[in-house]
Amino acid sequence: MSEKPKLHYFNGRGRMESIRWLLAAAGVEFEEEFLESREQYEMLLQDGALLFQQVPMVEIDGMKMVQTRAILSYIAGKYNLYEKDLKERAWIDMYVEGVRDLMDLIRVHHKLSPQEQQKNLALIGEKAATRYFPVYEKILKDHKDDFLVGNQLTWADVQLIEAILTVEEKVPTILSEFPLLQAFKARVSSIATIKKFLQPGSQRKLPTDEKAVAFTNRIFNRR
Amino acid sequence: MVEIDGMKMVQTRAILSYIAGKHNLYGKDLKERALIDMYVGGTDDLMGFIMRFPFLSAEDKEKECAHIIQKATSRYFPAYEKVLKDHGQAFLVGNRLSWADVHLLEAILMVEEKSSDVLSEFPRLQAFKANISSIPAIKKFLEPGSQRKPVPDDKYVETVRKVLWMY
Repeated sequence: MSEKPKLHYFNGRGRMESIRWLLAAAGVEFEEEFLESREQYEMLLQDGALLFQQVPMVEIDGMKMVQTRAILSYIAGKYNLYEKDLKERAWIDMYVEGVRDLMDLIRVHHKLSPQEQQKNLALIGEKAATRYFPVYEKILKDHKDDFLVGNQLTWADVQLIEAILTVEEKVPTILSEFPLLQAFKARVSSIATIKKFLQPGSQRKLPTDEKAVAFTNRIFNRR
Repeated sequence: MVEIDGMKMVQTRAILSYIAGKHNLYGKDLKERALIDMYVGGTDDLMGFIMRFPFLSAEDKEKECAHIIQKATSRYFPAYEKVLKDHGQAFLVGNRLSWADVHLLEAILMVEEKSSDVLSEFPRLQAFKANISSIPAIKKFLEPGSQRKPVPDDKYVETVRKVLWMY
């Protein structure tokens, strides 16, 4: 019996969103249990379901997996979005980690004060335009393939399109100097599974707002 | 950045994954990899606090030191102690040495540099530490004269700041 993966997290993006993206891209249906109260979180803790007392946690193939990267790696490996060859994997890992650094800037954005948000916005724009996107533009330019690695869709492409769309929500013109990334975005968005995920009614979550932040703080007893 | 096998690799995680994969320290299948990745994620989070520590102000350092020890003894070490207890084996995954064991030993030693009795409530981690430390390649690395680096000092911090314009 093959059960659907079950995601334990808040009803919002946070660290779980990349996992939703990857499952969706792989065409894998998944269930979600949303953390909505302190009691729920404490029950998960008491059950020993959270190895390091943290979420995201994904129940998959008999495991209660934690640690975002570990979960993403497993999904990628299982659903053919990783490479078998060690060196191609290395490139995927590098590209994914680069994107992750950029996404981390955005993930914390709504935790900041309005003043800090202004600075962070500038930082996001600057890092995206001068450190990260030029690298991916160059990769596409150098090999002229449709995808980042191995001429097929991999975790790296899914991570990159998520990043592009997420940055664009903050800085709409961010791709103006990157024609190949624009083409990449159009191309990857039109892949059936991804197209479906981008439509309303999918399990993709909305951008995080202040209400969500206050809510999360209450569950984790943060000030 | 590590030049290896004709690549100029960046991103610590990617480099570690590659080395582990290449040298048989990454388990035998996808599920063992998953466990290794999870365990390494934990020790990585713990060592992250320690890595940032030298760059804090003197005032923040005191608070952070207590925080590191608290996290180590209430979140991370109990998790690894339980893993070892549950399967009763000498190594974290697959009954043989993996990246997860190396990473955990490194984390233990680093936290001990902050507080030498931090393993006092964790008998299996004490045994683990002794066991992994005695593996010849690791034993050698722990001896003076190896390429292992000492605890970061002010000179190290200053150099990093200077080179990376990190002020």
